[in-house]
Amino acid sequence: MEMAFEIGVSTLLVIGGALGLIGSYGLIKLPDLMTRLHAPTKTTTLGVGAVLIASMLWFAGRHGQINFHELLISIFLFLTAPLTANFIAKAHLHRTGGYADLPPPGDGAVWAGQQPPEDEQVDEPAILPEEGVGDAL
Amino acid sequence: MFLSRLVPHPFLTLLLTFVWMMLMNSVSAGAAAFGLFLGLVVPFLTQSYWPDRPRIHRPLKIVEYILVVLYDIVTANITVARIVLFVPRARLQPAWVVIPLELRSPEAITVLAGSITLTPGTLTAEVSSDAHSILVHCLHAPEPDAVRDEIKQRYERRLLEIFP
Amino acid sequence: MIDHALQFAMSCYGLALVLNLYRIFRAAGVPDRVLALDTMVINAIALLTLLGIKEGTTVYFEASMLIAMVGFVSTVAYAKFMLRGDIIE
Repeated sequence: MEMAFEIGVSTLLVIGGALGLIGSYGLIKLPDLMTRLHAPTKTTTLGVGAVLIASMLWFAGRHGQINFHELLISIFLFLTAPLTANFIAKAHLHRTGGYADLPPPGDGAVWAGQQPPEDEQVDEPAILPEEGVGDAL
Repeated sequence: MFLSRLVPHPFLTLLLTFVWMMLMNSVSAGAAAFGLFLGLVVPFLTQSYWPDRPRIHRPLKIVEYILVVLYDIVTANITVARIVLFVPRARLQPAWVVIPLELRSPEAITVLAGSITLTPGTLTAEVSSDAHSILVHCLHAPEPDAVRDEIKQRYERRLLEIFP
Repeated sequence: MIDHALQFAMSCYGLALVLNLYRIFRAAGVPDRVLALDTMVINAIALLTLLGIKEGTTVYFEASMLIAMVGFVSTVAYAKFMLRGDIIE
């Protein structure tokens, strides 16, 4: 029983370590940013998830204490990984002007990043009085 | 009516209580009481900042959806790990795929985008200005149309049952 | 056996951190560097958790939780900065 428990935790640790390394290797190997985004978002997140689950099992089995912190960290990482990836993808498209190469969405719409920001029209008149104030001073 | 103003988001209250108990790392009555206090106060004070609560049609389907996504996350990692390790750079075929959406509620589109990012070789990059289609990047997709059909079949159909 | 597995996993994550550092120094653009930093944060969380198992203490979990939250917020702030050139408008 003890043996099976150790084998289980060790397997999770080895899988987690290997996935983390593969994710970071993908960051080096893959050719451009959009493909590079795939490796850390998926592989590294599951690698950390496996390590955290292993740690939870280890503390429950060996020290007899159940920790929920690992569970919270894994849930948090799984919820935030897609958001981070989406933000970086948007920033990449914005900076490289990659929108021209994208397939159009259809229905005469454009991608959200191609639109001018909504508050820009609101901002512009607000600047004018400030300049007036500056002149008066 | 009075109760619904006092407890505007019952699920959020429960969630906050559980998260507080997990953070405290104890299942004692004290942690539960303070968690419940936070769960009541935080939604009440932030009430005016919350958008409308999403209407959920069949709550039990959520469990099925989460299981499907979890299974796909594991297979996704095997697929991506294999692509990273064994497909040479020159043979890699990345592709942009446009997925027209039947889903209309913003919460459902967010959930769909998140699950697409976590599952095999695909990553959500953009949403169209009218929110009727999303842009997905595929790591290695010799047949982009198959990817689109699979996403619509596997995730969007299930989400349509949950969010009407 | 658990010691060997721990040793293996820790060397994997150590090597992963070195690879991330390489990507930060030799990147094609700013988003690339932010991505490498974000991966680095996740790898640091894993390394800290492994250290916690090795030492048999749960003190590190609070630290890794804080790193997870601060890492996410900082990545979002970087992305906002890249998109708008400003963080708080």
